[in-house]
Amino acid sequence: MSGWKFHTGAAVSLPFENIDTDQLIPARFMSAPRSEGYGKYLLTDLRYGSDGKPTDFPEMTGATVIVAGRNFGCGSSREAAVYALADFSIRVVVAESFGDIFASNAVNNGVLPARVTSDVIEELMRELAHGLKPIVIDLEAQELTVSGRTFAFDLDPVWRQKLLNGWDDIDLTQNYASELDAFSQRYMAEMPWIRPSCDGRI
Amino acid sequence: MTAPQTLFAKVWARHQVVQRADGACLLWVDRHLVHEGSHHAFRKLAERGLMVARPDLTIGVVDHYAPTRGRANLSDPAIRRMIETLGENTKLHGIECFGLDDPRQGIVHVIGPEQGLTLPGLLINCGDSHTSTHGAFGAIAFGIGATEVAHVLATQSIWQSRPKTMRIRIEGDLGPGVSAKDIALGWIAQMGTDGARGHAVEFAGSAVRNLSMEGRMTLCNLSIEGGARCGIVAPDETTLDYLIGRPYAPKGDEWVQAAKQWLALRSDDDAVFDRDVVIDANQIAPIVTWGTSPQDALPITAQTPYEADLAPGQRDALDYMGLLPGQKLAGTPIDQVFIGSCTNARIEDLRAAAAVLRGRKARVPGIVSPGSMLVKRQAEAEGLDRVFIDAGLDWVASGCSMCVGMNGDTVAPGKRCASTTNRNFKGRQGRGARTHLMSPAMVAAAAVHGALADVRPLLVGRDAA
Repeated sequence: MSGWKFHTGAAVSLPFENIDTDQLIPARFMSAPRSEGYGKYLLTDLRYGSDGKPTDFPEMTGATVIVAGRNFGCGSSREAAVYALADFSIRVVVAESFGDIFASNAVNNGVLPARVTSDVIEELMRELAHGLKPIVIDLEAQELTVSGRTFAFDLDPVWRQKLLNGWDDIDLTQNYASELDAFSQRYMAEMPWIRPSCDGRI
Repeated sequence: MTAPQTLFAKVWARHQVVQRADGACLLWVDRHLVHEGSHHAFRKLAERGLMVARPDLTIGVVDHYAPTRGRANLSDPAIRRMIETLGENTKLHGIECFGLDDPRQGIVHVIGPEQGLTLPGLLINCGDSHTSTHGAFGAIAFGIGATEVAHVLATQSIWQSRPKTMRIRIEGDLGPGVSAKDIALGWIAQMGTDGARGHAVEFAGSAVRNLSMEGRMTLCNLSIEGGARCGIVAPDETTLDYLIGRPYAPKGDEWVQAAKQWLALRSDDDAVFDRDVVIDANQIAPIVTWGTSPQDALPITAQTPYEADLAPGQRDALDYMGLLPGQKLAGTPIDQVFIGSCTNARIEDLRAAAAVLRGRKARVPGIVSPGSMLVKRQAEAEGLDRVFIDAGLDWVASGCSMCVGMNGDTVAPGKRCASTTNRNFKGRQGRGARTHLMSPAMVAAAAVHGALADVRPLLVGRDAA
């Protein structure tokens, strides 16, 4: 995965709290291969009625940044929720807070979970009340700019580095292979009972 | 003298391989549980030409897509592909898999403890948010996404930033008909679904000490619904009694050695938590959810929020649920019931529901899906299956079933289901489905009345189990 420093795109406001991962991608689509693209499943049950017609949910076409209410991505650990966002071309979600597992999954897919205060969310929601607006995200400076106004956002420093560099955890961990090996040998020797062994009964 | 430590800090320290200058820690993983959803992760591994680092510490199980009926003939090609892919991946990498034809098959968070794979002091990962369940044994257990699953498969370790700590002490005695589910829905309603975000939560206090392992598992299972990274309970004699003799638990001298270590795993008396919360167990009533988030929970004796008190989003939740502001919860007619899931489908849960249903009829249809095929067998040995069947409910095989609807067990649009599960999110049990979360005893009461109901009057004169 490649790292990134700036993103210039369009922001959409989704003024709802607790947009959970079951909304981001309903479970029934999760057996589909990723190669088919998950973008079409993003928030589909909110965006479209059971008759397939669009609902009054905010129009998201063209958006690359979502501004949403608190606790975005709460719920299940399904990374497919991030695949749906990424395949829809969403690069950044701005919210007051995120589900922990979702935020980690987002970073692992190059999607930025940017935390701002509730005051900033209110300001952004007002700016975006009438539809999409251009937005610039400066990841290095941790700032976002809409309509000439700039706001700071919070991000775990570890995640910031990962996003900037496009780091992959498996590559990173290979730098610690000898530490890991030494740890596991000592650990297993100290507590041999940790290795599961079935006595054959049910 | 070392500074007093929390239980969580002690278990974390045992697993820390590396701590980087930026605070990220590489942690050793003792158990990695994989289900059908692992196909993304195994594909990532294949793309890199990697094999699973420690197949001996990895266990596969079919649960999310497991049919609860007609297993001999898997008619849905997508479901068959998901189940077969897990079988192929685990076989290729030499991982033991509890497949559909295994008499021990069941929900991953039920069979881990049941088999003695879950032990105190371990670090346990699974690509499922309800991995927090295993914290009931004094393990650090948390759900991870597919990229992290691939990382654990490849390295048997995981990068984590250390969460803050919170202690929730539940002191006092639970009333009749009140269970761990009610404790959990109660604190989540009080603190919100992000109330414990970024925290590892230790559950303590006399009410927790008095819970069975099944109850502690329900409590830790739902910690994720309060936003916690994980939930944890200090191991004690109840924990040891549950584990001794389990197939994968240590035996003989190793058991003695392990048990001694485990009993030392508790927070030091003066350990400091970032947050400390106390809840009075005596004040907890049977609880049901009314909205589309687990925090939308109230005692069964209450009514939905009044018009003037509606918070943002609550109007939408009421509309989705087909309820009015200020509507009494008790008496709300339901269409069906579901007893199952990693939250509430262990033997004690089935006993609690059966205690209410024995000799009574359900006024609505419903299904009972035990947490594992061994729980199913035990329930049948106790005659619980007859209680459910005689009441008019379907007694089916084990899997995630109607909690998440992946296996085809769904609630139809607009239908209202009283459910022992963990999420009342819009569409969770099927598109347009209306889910009310509650304990197994409360679901049984709802079945008897055909409506949301207080279980307590139904328990008068009988053992609550």
